[in-house]
Amino acid sequence: MDSSPIDLRLLNDYQRNFPLTARPFAAIADELGTSEAEVIERFAALRAEGKLARIGPVIRPHAVGASTLAAMAVPPDEVEAIATLIAARAEVNHCYEREHPVNLWFVVTAADETAVNAVLTAIELHTGRKVIDLPLLAAYHIDLGFPL
Amino acid sequence: MTPLLDLRDRALLTALEDGLPLVSRPYRMVGDQLGISEGEVITRLQRLIACGVIRRFGAVVRHRALGYTANAMVVWDIADERVDAAARTAMAFPFVTLCYRRPRREGWRYNLFCMIHGRQRATVLAQVDALRAALGIDVSDHAVLFSTRAFKQRGARYGASMTLEPA
Repeated sequence: MDSSPIDLRLLNDYQRNFPLTARPFAAIADELGTSEAEVIERFAALRAEGKLARIGPVIRPHAVGASTLAAMAVPPDEVEAIATLIAARAEVNHCYEREHPVNLWFVVTAADETAVNAVLTAIELHTGRKVIDLPLLAAYHIDLGFPL
Repeated sequence: MTPLLDLRDRALLTALEDGLPLVSRPYRMVGDQLGISEGEVITRLQRLIACGVIRRFGAVVRHRALGYTANAMVVWDIADERVDAAARTAMAFPFVTLCYRRPRREGWRYNLFCMIHGRQRATVLAQVDALRAALGIDVSDHAVLFSTRAFKQRGARYGASMTLEPA
């Protein structure tokens, strides 16, 4: 990646075990040999550039609320309109187009399974297209972050 | 509802949906918002990590913005009794970042999902080939779904159950 060495370390080394101390950015600054102000400024810049989504908890699926992966087969010239409609829903947190006849993929997260199913039904009614509901049956990988 | 979480835990996780504020004392700022102390914010987070509700706590990066633009969801149609073993094989490859079992549906026969994030499409396709050989899967029983456009990507929001008010 074309970021500076300190940016790389901020993004790579603190994907887990982020300091749970009163001044976490100062703790990181000590480890990296820089200042707290610099660490905060670089994290803010990385967020502004879109490289950092956030610093926070990644929650185990189904530990809080319910979610599912859903997919639809949409004609290419309708993808944009339907995806925009789906992405506008607060319960949808990911929405991607993928190279496959089943080409529109999105994740629905809500308070419980009933609420998730209601969103899928609403999307089917709204778009007139069938939603394939693919809930998680088993997670084999522990999310340890993404090595850069 | 998960007994591991009380209403304050839920409020705390809701307050963190957009991430920690980038200030000197972020846990104090979050605590102020919830009417709890900085120390309580920290001990609650420690407990949620220890009990596994929080899988990891830290920087969440955006692959695309970092140059990882070849992002493939690789899906496999594997005999049900072999899925767990196949998943263990797949996980041994360091380039597999996530691996999930999902149900088969009408119009969708694939039951194992692996994510691979790469910089080059050709590299990812070679990784898929290596994975397929290790799994002993026929070419016709898998598909590689590269993402072409992202319409939305953000952390989950769990809705009204996660406020301090009783549901």
